[in-house]
Amino acid sequence: MKKKNNALLTGPYLIWTVAFIVIPLILIVYYGFTDGNHRFTLDNLSRITDPVTLKALLLSLLLSALATAICLVMAYPLAMILSRMKSGASAIITTIFIIPMWMNSLLRIFAWQTLLERNGVINQLLSFLHLPPQHLINTPAAIALGMIYDYLPFMLLPIYNSLTKLDWNVVNAAYDLGANGRQTFFRVIVPLTMPGIVSGITMVFVPALTTFVISDFLGGSKVLLIGNIIDQQFTQVGNWNVGSGLSLVLMVFILVSMAVMQHFDTDEEAARSIL
Amino acid sequence: MKKTISRIYVIFVFILLYAPIAVLIAFSFNNSRTRAKWGGFTFKWYLQMFQDAEIMGALRNTLILALLSATIATLLGLMASLSLNRMKRRNRTVMLSILNIPMLNADIVTGISLMLIFIAFGQFLSHYGYTIVFGFGTVLVGHITFNIPYTVMSILPRVSAINPSTYEAALDLGASPSQAFRKVVFPDILPGILSGFLLAFTLSLDDFVITHFVKGPGFDTLSTKIYTEVRKGIKPEMYALSTLLFLGVLLLLIVVEKGKGARNKNRKPAY
Repeated sequence: MKKKNNALLTGPYLIWTVAFIVIPLILIVYYGFTDGNHRFTLDNLSRITDPVTLKALLLSLLLSALATAICLVMAYPLAMILSRMKSGASAIITTIFIIPMWMNSLLRIFAWQTLLERNGVINQLLSFLHLPPQHLINTPAAIALGMIYDYLPFMLLPIYNSLTKLDWNVVNAAYDLGANGRQTFFRVIVPLTMPGIVSGITMVFVPALTTFVISDFLGGSKVLLIGNIIDQQFTQVGNWNVGSGLSLVLMVFILVSMAVMQHFDTDEEAARSIL
Repeated sequence: MKKTISRIYVIFVFILLYAPIAVLIAFSFNNSRTRAKWGGFTFKWYLQMFQDAEIMGALRNTLILALLSATIATLLGLMASLSLNRMKRRNRTVMLSILNIPMLNADIVTGISLMLIFIAFGQFLSHYGYTIVFGFGTVLVGHITFNIPYTVMSILPRVSAINPSTYEAALDLGASPSQAFRKVVFPDILPGILSGFLLAFTLSLDDFVITHFVKGPGFDTLSTKIYTEVRKGIKPEMYALSTLLFLGVLLLLIVVEKGKGARNKNRKPAY
C-alpha cells in the first residue's frame, strides 16, 4: 500500500522532471555537437571564435562583471545602513528598496530607454541647462547601467538578510580586542556575511551575463551581447545547432562562475565551524 | 556626520531606483505623442489601453497562465516534497539537484531547451498524425517547469519539519489515512504551500525569456507584448500599462505583507 502510494507521489514529478528538464538539456548537448545532418561536429562550439561572437562574449563578461562589482559596492553599504536601523523601520524601508524587483523587469529597462534616448529626459534636462546633448543610448555604458539598475535589489536582499543574522557582539568583541574599523569590516563582518555576498553575486552575474533584453532595449542593434547572438540564432537565423553550441559555451562560463562562488561559500562555512 | 552621510546615501539610492518609475508614470499622463514636450494632462492613454484588444488579450493570457501554472506547480511541488521527504538522503540530494536546474541555469538556456523538446515531441507525434501548436499549452508547460523548484523550496522545509509520530498518532486514534493527512499533516504544510503558490504566481507574471522562446507567433503575454511594442517604437499606451502594473504590484505586496508580516523571499531575476 505504502509502496504504491509512494509511486503515485513520485511518478508525476519524476516524469515531468525527465521530460522537461533532463531530456531538453540532453537535446541542447545533442544539437550542440551535431550538424544539420545529425553528424558529429565541433563546428558549433568553435563558432564562439567568430570575431563578432567572440566580441559579444567578451563584452558580456566585461559588462556583467562590472555591473556585479558596482552592485556589490553600492548594495553593501546600503544593506549595512538598513540593517542597523530600528527593527520596525528597517523592515519597511528595506521593502521599499525591494519593491522595484517585483515590477516587470522589461518595463524597468524601458524606463531607462526613456531617460537615455537622444530626445530623452536626461538630454532635455541638459538642453534646459544649456549644456550640449550627450550620446547616451546604444552604448555599452547604457547596458551596464541597465544591468545595475535591474539587478541591484537582487544583490541588496541576500546581503541584507545575512547582515540581520549577524551577531553584533562578535563585531564589538573585535573592537574590544583592538581591531580598527577597517580590520573589523574586512576580517569579521565581510567573512561572516559571505553567504549573502555569494548568493548576491550569483543572482546578479548569471542573469547579467546571459541577458539579451537589456542590450536590445539600451544597446539598439549596435551593441550585441552573447545573449543576443544566441537569441538571433534561434528566433531569426533558425540555426539551432549553432545556437545550442553557443549555449553550451555559455553554460561552461556559468558553471565555472558558480563553482568559484561555491568555493568561497564553503570556505566561509569551514571557517565558521572552526570558530 | 556619519549619520548624515548614510542618510544622504539611502536617499540617493532611493531616487536612483524610483526616478525611472516616476518618469514612466509622468509620461502616462502626457497629452502629446512625442516625449519631446509636455502636452498637458490627460487620461486618454489609459482609455486607449483598455480599448486595445491586443493588450487586454495579453493581460488575460498572463493572468490565466500565472494562476494555472502556479496551481499546477504547487500541486506537483507538494507531491515532490512529500516523496522527497521519504527518500534516502543520497537519492534526495540527486533529485533535488536535478529539480533545481531551472532555478540555477540561465533562463535563456532553459527557454531554448524547452523549445527544442517541444519541437522534438512535435516531430515524434507527427508520425501519429498529431501536432504540437506553440502557444498557450507550451508556455503553460514552460512556466510550470521553472516554477516547480520554487514551490519545492517553499514546501519541502515544512514537510521535513513534521514529526511523523503525529500522523501515526492520528491513525492510532482512529483517523483514516486521508483524514490524518488532511487534519494533521496538511495544516502544518499550508503556510509553505501558500508562499510557494505566491512565489510561483509572481514569477509567472514576470517571466519574459522562457515565454519568448516557447510561445510561438500570435500568442502574447504582457511581457512579450511589451517587448515587441518597445522594439517597434514606444506607444504612449505602454506608459499607462506600466503605471497600472506598478500600482497593481504595489497593492498585491501591501496585501501580502499585511497578511504575513514583513518577510522577504529570495528570488531570481526574470532574466
